[in-house]
Amino acid sequence: MFAYAARRMLLSVPVLLVASFLVFVLVAVSGSPTDPLRAVNPPVPEETIRLEERRLGWDQPLLQRYGSWLWGLVTRGDFGPSVNPREDINAEIVTRMGVTLRLVAVAMLVALVIAVVAGVVSAVRQYSALDYGITFSGFLFLAMPSFWLAVLLKEAGIWINGLDGDPRTQLLFTIGDRSPYLADPTWWNRFVDVAGHMILPTISLALISFAAWSRFQRAAMLEVLGSDYVRLARAKGLPARRVLTRHALRTALIPLTTVTAMDLAGILGGAVITETVFQWQGMGAYLIDSITTRDLYAVMAWLTISGLLVVVGNLVADLLYGVLDPRIRHA
Amino acid sequence: MPEPPVPARSQSRLVVRRFLRHRLAVASLATLTLIVLFAYVGGALWRYSHLDITPDNSQPPSWAHPFGTDSIGHDTLAQVMRGLQQSIKIAVLIAVIATVVGATWGAVAGYFGRLADTALMRAADVVLVVPGIAVAAALGASSSGRWWLISLIIGGLASAYVARVIRGIVLSLREQDFIEAARALGAGPGWIIVRHLIPNALGPLIVNATILVAGGILAETALSFIGFGVQSPDTSLGLLVSDARSAVRTRPWLFYTPGVFIVLVALTVNFIGDGLRDAFDPRQSRRRR
Amino acid sequence: MNSPVLAVRDLTVALPTEDGQVQAVRGLSYEVAAGEVLGIVGESGSGKSVSSLAVLGLLPRDARVGGSVKLRGQELLGLPDRELSRVRGRRVAMIFQDPMTALNPVYPVGAQIVEAIEAHQRPGRGVAERRAVELLDLVGIADPRRRSSSYPHELSGGMRQRVVIAIAMANDPDVIIADEPTTALDVTVQAQVLEALRTARQATGAALVLITHDLGVIAGHADRVCVMYAGAPVETGTADDVFYQPRMPYTLGLLGSLPRIDNRGGRLTPIVGGPPSLLAPPPGCAFAPRCPMTVDRCREQAPLLTAVGGGHRAACHFHERLVGVSPQEVFGP
Repeated sequence: MFAYAARRMLLSVPVLLVASFLVFVLVAVSGSPTDPLRAVNPPVPEETIRLEERRLGWDQPLLQRYGSWLWGLVTRGDFGPSVNPREDINAEIVTRMGVTLRLVAVAMLVALVIAVVAGVVSAVRQYSALDYGITFSGFLFLAMPSFWLAVLLKEAGIWINGLDGDPRTQLLFTIGDRSPYLADPTWWNRFVDVAGHMILPTISLALISFAAWSRFQRAAMLEVLGSDYVRLARAKGLPARRVLTRHALRTALIPLTTVTAMDLAGILGGAVITETVFQWQGMGAYLIDSITTRDLYAVMAWLTISGLLVVVGNLVADLLYGVLDPRIRHA
Repeated sequence: MPEPPVPARSQSRLVVRRFLRHRLAVASLATLTLIVLFAYVGGALWRYSHLDITPDNSQPPSWAHPFGTDSIGHDTLAQVMRGLQQSIKIAVLIAVIATVVGATWGAVAGYFGRLADTALMRAADVVLVVPGIAVAAALGASSSGRWWLISLIIGGLASAYVARVIRGIVLSLREQDFIEAARALGAGPGWIIVRHLIPNALGPLIVNATILVAGGILAETALSFIGFGVQSPDTSLGLLVSDARSAVRTRPWLFYTPGVFIVLVALTVNFIGDGLRDAFDPRQSRRRR
Repeated sequence: MNSPVLAVRDLTVALPTEDGQVQAVRGLSYEVAAGEVLGIVGESGSGKSVSSLAVLGLLPRDARVGGSVKLRGQELLGLPDRELSRVRGRRVAMIFQDPMTALNPVYPVGAQIVEAIEAHQRPGRGVAERRAVELLDLVGIADPRRRSSSYPHELSGGMRQRVVIAIAMANDPDVIIADEPTTALDVTVQAQVLEALRTARQATGAALVLITHDLGVIAGHADRVCVMYAGAPVETGTADDVFYQPRMPYTLGLLGSLPRIDNRGGRLTPIVGGPPSLLAPPPGCAFAPRCPMTVDRCREQAPLLTAVGGGHRAACHFHERLVGVSPQEVFGP
């Protein structure tokens, strides 16, 4: 199985390389980082623009530009210069990545747990009122634009905060990823503050994945519940609960690992929206700022990191699949 | 057991009959039809266009402006109808592009196998490894709101998903006797793909295309929301919600009305897709003997 | 005959489907005594599998089951699932048709046998594991110690079915119900599995209900036979009665479609047509549409299962006419 994982890992290297090249070309073709300089009034002197192009490597041909970007990244871990001379892309990415990963990881965990529970309950109580309720809410969240849901939750948070008649006391924070100032910054207080800021964005990001995953888990569970080996487990005289957990759920979880990994890219994209709505200073906001300012290297940095995360996520899923399914392990 | 290819007529009649049994899907189809009529016919008949600036600004819903007006004086009903038109148009084109490109992509990979398969599926991986919305945003920044360009970008990215699905289906179809028989009779690969593989994968293709419409609506609105989709003065449902987000409490009608329409369209389309899936997949007869 | 271990009386099962209620079983009765083998024969769709699932309460929740199933005098129908689970595996064990899907793919086969033992007994892990290896040995699996840690996908179909038989033997049940245990297997492997089944019966002293569509399987193994058609029994008796003096045209037809080496009567005589829809079973004899002997009475009045001599019973208005008749005479052209 180790060989299998290693092979998958090796295969993803060319995929990442080609992806980075294509994205680099597409983004480069869509506009130059000096476009905003040319658009301002009064006009920026041509000499300044040329200097700026030189600093960003824009005076080189496209292929060479990609080559030196890749070389810098692979040898020095350098993402390249930002259009903002005072900004360091690497430093920026590192601080913002923590914020985003925190959101994505917790949201995925929450989504997985409630999706599995909902899917299992739905399947076991097929065609009950509970099943219809869960199924309908799944469809509803699947049909909701993530940003609309996020704004709704934000409004709900503001409403809840105002329930005690004093909107200044905040239970749920609706803006930012942490408070800019804490009166008593102990370790515990900081933790509570960050957690309070996370609640609403996490829910809003988790609900989108929950919708798809609970539908998937329900289908997987139904298939397993109708399988011969579950019938044999019941025929052995095992208690219903044990049949459900040890035989049905255990096998019905296997396909979910693949689906989760496949959705990882989508969740990273969803985090961009969530961060925008809740005004987090994460990677999502950084991406949008960078696209707006035509900060090509910053956009590339974001895409590279996301691509890497997706590849690593898929690898983890592959390994997990092997652990869960002996048929793969021995293959 | 896969059924042998049946005469198209009786097959489609069977599908229609099974679909009609799915009450939620039928109700959704009716609702969606009404929404589309509302957008296009209503848009043509209503006294304001989305560009008109009326003297009433920031009005809550009234007889003169059933959905209210925004701070400049745009009639929200006219804006929502225009937004619906644009969003539906973009979403349908996304589904068409993704289906046509994806089906060809997947069918060629699955049918020819070996090197073609490896190359084409690695290419799909390349697309799937980066978050689509980010790529679409980066490219959309220069689309300057041209709606077909937005469809092209999102549809192109989505076609990688379709390719994966169709490849799986083609792989299992390829081994079946009637394909073998066609090959033995001297049919070429193009003929086999067009005449045998695609028709037999039609069910999943149509279901997928339906779901792509829902996904397309959501993708377009998300893209417009972060500012890289449809641009003012034109409008879309996503742009309307985006513009209204700072006014959720002061002028809630601006935010909730277009949002509800997005949910309605996506929800009904998904229910229709669900009904189609049941109708196309005879194995759905859920009880065993 | 000593007192029955398992007695099924007037069992009826209705399954809801998209098109309406299917009357899958319509009044099945049988008894088996300890150590005895009862063969239940019928085409697919005759309700034989559904009836065996009904005995153990393994049908979907929305199935409607009527009649009575008594295990040593204790009524099983209507027992809550928790109490039924104490009967399943310990007193009545089951073997299913398809060994390729019957075992959970994610656990080693030994663990699946241990689990069956521990569902009803607390012998301690080491003892249970040793017993699992013993059982594997008993059903004829070579190198049982090593095999017990194999996963199902590493075993052949025949070996998997023997593992299922080992699971059935694990708690020395009173009754083993084997539902088409050899249908999914190659002919050469069938004999091995039937042999394992015989071992299981001898080792546990259990009664065996052997369900199959294959008269050949029944012939060598069953003491008594029950022929089912369209959800109801049409002929019951000792194996000799049913095989050599069939009194129901359907049984006769089944025997006539069986190729035999001794080739007693020449040509094979197939039964034309297929079994009736059980959504709305015909009012008369269910076999009437396919029976060459049908007269109006058959279509109007369903024949009851009546004694035709000794314990031999058949459901045909004209069973007397079938004495000494060969399949060719009834079904031949």
